[in-house]
Amino acid sequence: MKHHQNLILLILVVLLAVFPLWLVEKPAPAADGKAVEIFAGADDKAKDLIGDISPNYTRWFEPLMEPASGEIASLLFALQAALGAGFIGYYFGVSVTREKYAARRKAADEGAGAY
Amino acid sequence: MHIMEGFLPIEHAVGWSVASAPFVIYGIHAVKQHIQENPEQRMLLGVAAAFTFVLSALKLPSVTGSCSHPTGTGLGAILFGPAAMAPIGMVVLLFQALLLAHGGLTTLGANIFSMAIVGPFAAAGLFRLARSLKLSFAVSVFIAASMADLLTYVTTSVQLAWAFPDLEGGFVASFVKFAGIFAITQIPLAISEGLLTVVIFNALIRFNPQELQKLKLLGGREAHA
Repeated sequence: MKHHQNLILLILVVLLAVFPLWLVEKPAPAADGKAVEIFAGADDKAKDLIGDISPNYTRWFEPLMEPASGEIASLLFALQAALGAGFIGYYFGVSVTREKYAARRKAADEGAGAY
Repeated sequence: MHIMEGFLPIEHAVGWSVASAPFVIYGIHAVKQHIQENPEQRMLLGVAAAFTFVLSALKLPSVTGSCSHPTGTGLGAILFGPAAMAPIGMVVLLFQALLLAHGGLTTLGANIFSMAIVGPFAAAGLFRLARSLKLSFAVSVFIAASMADLLTYVTTSVQLAWAFPDLEGGFVASFVKFAGIFAITQIPLAISEGLLTVVIFNALIRFNPQELQKLKLLGGREAHA
């Protein structure tokens, strides 16, 4: 049952991510004929909004280091996700195995197991 | 929710850093003490940190036509209490600020406050409230994790509106604009985060019930459900 529930929940998460791709229409090009970027980062939009509200605001500190390109940035994000996912996978891998052996040992102790 | 490097006036940058510092310091102390008393839970603490690492790296598209990412702080806040997430969130934010130019050192305090303090405290509080209202374990987890995610972005909107009030409409008009970018975008992502946190808890209940019992999250009866 629980396994089933997790599968349904994961499918829902995928649908939630895919749905906007299909729902959101590509915005019309801006007045100067430049295509408007779609699915840009919300952080960038907020930065633009700061510029609209306070045109005189100047950034007073620059990042010490910026990823050399968009590809390098996605490499680092992928690395971040892989580290996390790897650890979670390891943890549950150990847990599943531990449980399996505990169940086997119990079955053996009760003399009912064929293991 | 990452306010970019240099995009908060100095007073605000310093103010949020001062506000976040005691939470981080107390959080480090709380984590150390917890691990000293329960050394076998070190791995589970790692899972909470790893979950934040994964989720905050996933930039997902949203119905507003922009992308944002979940925070993943609800899981750890429910497991270990909200204070534990302040230092963990700081590690994630530092990684992104230093290596990815995503967020920044001058805005670290403000970003810690929204993601690693407001979110986790909201998660822990709402989880308790939902459980005391006799809501099921999964529903309580979902409410806590998704609201923690959403409130993190509402906090960012407040921080930016405070620093950059609208010339005519002041704080409120500015908040509405920033929330339009952050909070609305975040709604489907918050739902995703809630669902993913339930997935992790389902797995923990199935394979690690004894640890949840030790954390007093599960009674003896539910552990065998």
